[in-house]
Amino acid sequence: MGLLDKQFTDDNIVITKVEDLLNWARLSSLWQMGFGLACCAIEMMATSASHYDFDRFGVIPRPSPRQSDVIIVSGTVTLKMAIRVKRLYEQMPDPKYVISMGSCSNCGGPYWEHGYHVLKGVDRVIPVDVYVPGCPPRPEALLEGLLKLQEKIRNESLVNAKLSLQEQPV
Amino acid sequence: MKTTEEIFNLLKAKFGSSVFELNTGLPVEAFITINPLEIDKICKFLFTNDELKFDSLMNLSGVDDANGENKTDEQGALKIIGGTLSVYYHLESTFHRHKIMLKVSAPRENPEVSSVAEIWRAADWHEREAYDLLGIKFLNHPDLRRILMPYDWEAGHPLRKDYKNPEFYQGMKVPY
Repeated sequence: MGLLDKQFTDDNIVITKVEDLLNWARLSSLWQMGFGLACCAIEMMATSASHYDFDRFGVIPRPSPRQSDVIIVSGTVTLKMAIRVKRLYEQMPDPKYVISMGSCSNCGGPYWEHGYHVLKGVDRVIPVDVYVPGCPPRPEALLEGLLKLQEKIRNESLVNAKLSLQEQPV
Repeated sequence: MKTTEEIFNLLKAKFGSSVFELNTGLPVEAFITINPLEIDKICKFLFTNDELKFDSLMNLSGVDDANGENKTDEQGALKIIGGTLSVYYHLESTFHRHKIMLKVSAPRENPEVSSVAEIWRAADWHEREAYDLLGIKFLNHPDLRRILMPYDWEAGHPLRKDYKNPEFYQGMKVPY
């Protein structure tokens, strides 16, 4: 709305599609769950801090999954934690998105062979929208991942969403 | 301040056959080997004796010696029969400024070691870790549960050399 602010001399009407408005609203305020797992979380916190300023994309950490739109799985998901990650994801209201940050969360990372305690990829328990590679990824990479997610949300369609819901087995 | 040798002679005089031997001439510092079922009494003495006063347990760690007989079962998995599991104790006296290392070895099939958690509270979680990862049973421990692995982990103790990871845990696939 900032782009339209003070741009009209008289009262006016702006016409758009509901879809575009909803998508714009969703992608502009992706509230993240205040949640970190390992060293990737340090990079995620650096991304939130003033130098990289996650807030300029509308991303602010929320202390509860019930107020969150996106969960950034930042770090090694152990088998013990995987159960908790799944529960946190289930507690988030729709529409909800998942960013898998770093090699551990993508595929097990350095623990892929001998990590008896590590889940080899968080996509084995929850559906992932964007994978950010790196060990750990730099803040720029996480920002790129967020922009990719915004791009994905921008192209969402209410019609398609409805169809895909009907297609799901009950 | 006392050397390991002086402490060994002191323990040998008081506890006799429970104190096995003094191991020296190794690349690591000298250590004393002790009967696993008497370690609590000896540690109590080390803690309370005024000349020794070991008030700090710096570290307690379990080791799989893997010195048994290696066997391969029908599925091709390694199985170690016999041999020992060991526990190392690193003690320090912050009062007298001396240190000592102790070792106990227990049979792999029934690894029972007396707990020292009553003497140093630090031993509580260290012993739980050694139990969790190696399956060493600490007798008279106040709360011997798993500490790192999930409580319902049924596949055994992961740091044993013949450990086999399960296919699934709670419906999640474990191997890559």
